[in-house]
Amino acid sequence: MHTPNSVQDLCDLFRAGGTFEIRGGGSKAEIGAPREAQLVSTAGLAGVIDYDPAELVLTVGAGTPLAEIQALVASENQMLAFDPFDHGPLFGRPAGAATIGGVIAAGVSGSQRLALGAARDHLLGFEAVSGRGERFIGGARVVKNVTGYDLPKVMAGSWGRLGVMTQLTLKILPAPRVRATMLVEGLDVAAAVAAMTAALRAPLEVAAAAHLPGIGTGLRLQGFGPSVDARAAQLPGHRLSETEGDAFWQAALPPADDRPLWRVHCQPSAALAIVAALPDLETRLDWGGGLIWLAGEGDVRAVAAMYGGQAMLVRAPEAMRAAIPCEHPQPAGVAALSVRVRRAFDPAGIFETGRF
Amino acid sequence: MTLCMPPPDQAVIARRAAIAAALRAIVPDGVIDEPTVLKAYESDGLTAYRQPPMLAVLPETTAQVAAILRYCQAEGVKVVPRGSGTSLSGGALPLADAVLLGMAKFNRVLEVDYDDRFAVVQPGVTNLAVTQAVEAAGFYYAPDPSSQIACSIGGNVAENSGGVHCLKYGLTTNNVLGVELVMMDGEIVRLGSRHLDPAGLDLLGLVVGSEGLLGVVTEVTVRILPKPQTAKALLLGFSTVEGAGACVAGVIAAGIIPAGMEMMDRPAIHAAEAFVRVGYPLDVDALLIVELDGPAAECDHLAAEVEAIATANGAVSCRVSTSEAERLAFWAGRKAAFPAVSRIAPDYYCMDGTIPRRRLPDVLTRISELAVQHELGVANVFHAGDGNLHPLILYDANQPGQLERAEAFGEDILRLCVEVGGVLTGEHGVGVEKRDLMPLMFNETDLAHQQRVKCAFDPDLLLNPGKVFPTLHRCAELGRMHVHGGATRFPDIPRF
Ligand SMILES: Cc1cc2nc3c(=O)[nH]c(=O)nc-3n(C[C@H](O)[C@H](O)[C@H](O)COP(=O)(O)OP(=O)(O)OC[C@H]3O[C@@H](n4cnc5c(N)ncnc54)[C@H](O)[C@@H]3O)c2cc1C
Repeated sequence: MHTPNSVQDLCDLFRAGGTFEIRGGGSKAEIGAPREAQLVSTAGLAGVIDYDPAELVLTVGAGTPLAEIQALVASENQMLAFDPFDHGPLFGRPAGAATIGGVIAAGVSGSQRLALGAARDHLLGFEAVSGRGERFIGGARVVKNVTGYDLPKVMAGSWGRLGVMTQLTLKILPAPRVRATMLVEGLDVAAAVAAMTAALRAPLEVAAAAHLPGIGTGLRLQGFGPSVDARAAQLPGHRLSETEGDAFWQAALPPADDRPLWRVHCQPSAALAIVAALPDLETRLDWGGGLIWLAGEGDVRAVAAMYGGQAMLVRAPEAMRAAIPCEHPQPAGVAALSVRVRRAFDPAGIFETGRF
Repeated sequence: MTLCMPPPDQAVIARRAAIAAALRAIVPDGVIDEPTVLKAYESDGLTAYRQPPMLAVLPETTAQVAAILRYCQAEGVKVVPRGSGTSLSGGALPLADAVLLGMAKFNRVLEVDYDDRFAVVQPGVTNLAVTQAVEAAGFYYAPDPSSQIACSIGGNVAENSGGVHCLKYGLTTNNVLGVELVMMDGEIVRLGSRHLDPAGLDLLGLVVGSEGLLGVVTEVTVRILPKPQTAKALLLGFSTVEGAGACVAGVIAAGIIPAGMEMMDRPAIHAAEAFVRVGYPLDVDALLIVELDGPAAECDHLAAEVEAIATANGAVSCRVSTSEAERLAFWAGRKAAFPAVSRIAPDYYCMDGTIPRRRLPDVLTRISELAVQHELGVANVFHAGDGNLHPLILYDANQPGQLERAEAFGEDILRLCVEVGGVLTGEHGVGVEKRDLMPLMFNETDLAHQQRVKCAFDPDLLLNPGKVFPTLHRCAELGRMHVHGGATRFPDIPRF
């Protein structure tokens, strides 16, 4: 494992050549095909560089633990609005290792993504070292900027295939004063999707909507007290306490065991058909039905595709990961364009580890 | 005005008639070669630059766009896409040796899905028409540039346009789910999808804001939102800009993200009031409009909070809208700020830098010093919530030297924005206008990384050349280029 401490170390390392995999906290190491690559840790690139709560902007080193950042912004009554979570527990590891660089590079967004945007919507700027062994920057440190190509968008979710981000500037938002979860019990998937759709079609700023079979259908509201009360009165279900609500949203995360785990993205109106076609899998619906976690054995990818969705293989035994690509395959033209974009940042393919 | 554009290819110009004939074979009724008609396309919203195109073509189908681009690529002919021509950065400025590709005939709303909350529209549909298509069902499209009655969604995607509501609801990029894109070689790709966060590299995120350099957008899928139950606006007058700036900071510090938070300075207030007569206070140095939306309970509660913050920061006048008509009246002056200013000066030049909010008072002071130095007037309107400034430089193009002074003044403002930690453009784009200032923010290595993206989409650099990048490197040269240590032209200016 290489542990560079500076941009210069990274430039030197990449210019010497080889095949490299960027490693934050290792919480997602078991995602993707088994592969051989030199690991490059971002542990030496950790720390808060600049936090200006009044400007809603935070700049940190890529190796900074997510938990540390969440605690820091919480201390200023702020939040990472894209609601990231730690993948470690999904793979039997303790929580706490995930780094901000890894979270952004993997595009990890939680339940609130539905209303408040994804990881990519909150990365304002970055410094990185590309596969050419060169330092470059993209974006900026202000909340509104259209100067040049929006490289932060393509770095977020690139899984370390364009370069190593060394510093990230994130948009931070005020944390809500009050969070409320309305729980509707006893709905089947069809009724749950209908209830979530009705709530999301109404002007109630529902921040998150999930259906957990056996537990219920949760609709989250947040903001200032009088507003939350007024909106809660217009939704079905009964209002959970904040602690109960937090437990509900914790339970909306994917199951932590060793069954194969798929993450399906689809139009909410397709969720019912997808779930119905895979009766043997355990399912959890989030994003109003636009995200489905499925645990167990089944041809999830084919079913998702049949209904216009996409399936990512998040967790599986090694042999299955060697045989089934983790990312949903793309049409040939888009795939070829993606390769050209990757070669633009990484001409020699030093980040092509075979993981995807 | 002098602007260095790629030298026109005389060999292409010499083949103009043959090119027109070939394009006519693709779009029989949609080719314009009459010089008098072509003149209509000679500029966009940045009217200081004018150049009629060699030819214009107005396709109606994606297949035609693909055929046009494939032909132009094969023949080495440059193409400049155009939506409604309202760009304020010269993004749609034609070239003497290029075909102007007008997207106005792509004017249909193709599909609306309220359950999954998206609309599929053609790129020539105006921004406002998207909202109009869904408003009967209680929905709207959130990004609302002031030009929304005219500008096209395709142009919005290309510029990543914003509006007064993007503080809370985001820019175009945060509200687009997918596009159909035709690349310069005629290949048609779909980027993004109808659901959230599709697999693979976020190429959609790259295309939004790429200023027509990566491909021609032929279809756009946007997210639509339920229209808030109510909205309320506050009109707050301050005797100092510092007070108004402190109020903006106080609102954010209280955890409030208003739907919009706009500021105007004294000259802008006076120009707007003279134009729309809605009762703006004339004895203040800064006016804030703070809009809150949501259920009535929320608007009432937050209006009281904002009013208290304003009072604590020395507001000398405070009005809270009590009806929809009054709320719209508060906005009328702000929304008409550009035409209002054009009544007090023959010409104005609109700037678009973003700064960290806290630097607002000193940046305004520096702008007024620069106005004295350049001997020109300036009126300031800002999207104060996100630090996006629109200084409107007042000049008279008929007075010798004034245009040049206005440009020099504008450049000084943008340098100042970057110097205090901000950026050259918050929503209008780089275009030709800020192209040569890009090195203030990005060194050669940074720019080379951006230009290689261009090469991945358009290796012959035929689509909208001369925009965004100060130097046009051939793609082969960029592949070889190594800028060791990232030497910069402006080492003294704080960078990322
Ligand atoms: C009075 C006024 C007020 C304005 N207010 C705002 C504001 O509040 N916020 C804001 O962000 N902007 C504002 N603008 C700027 C402008 O309206 C926006 O940039 C708008 O998005 C441009 O859209 P358009 O259709 O006019 O594009 P055009 O000006 O025709 O083109 C702009 C760019 O987009 C490219 N392009 C156009 N269509 C396509 C397509 N289909 N495929 C690929 N590329 C394409 C062009 O090549 C060009 O580079 C304002 C302009 C004016 C004149």
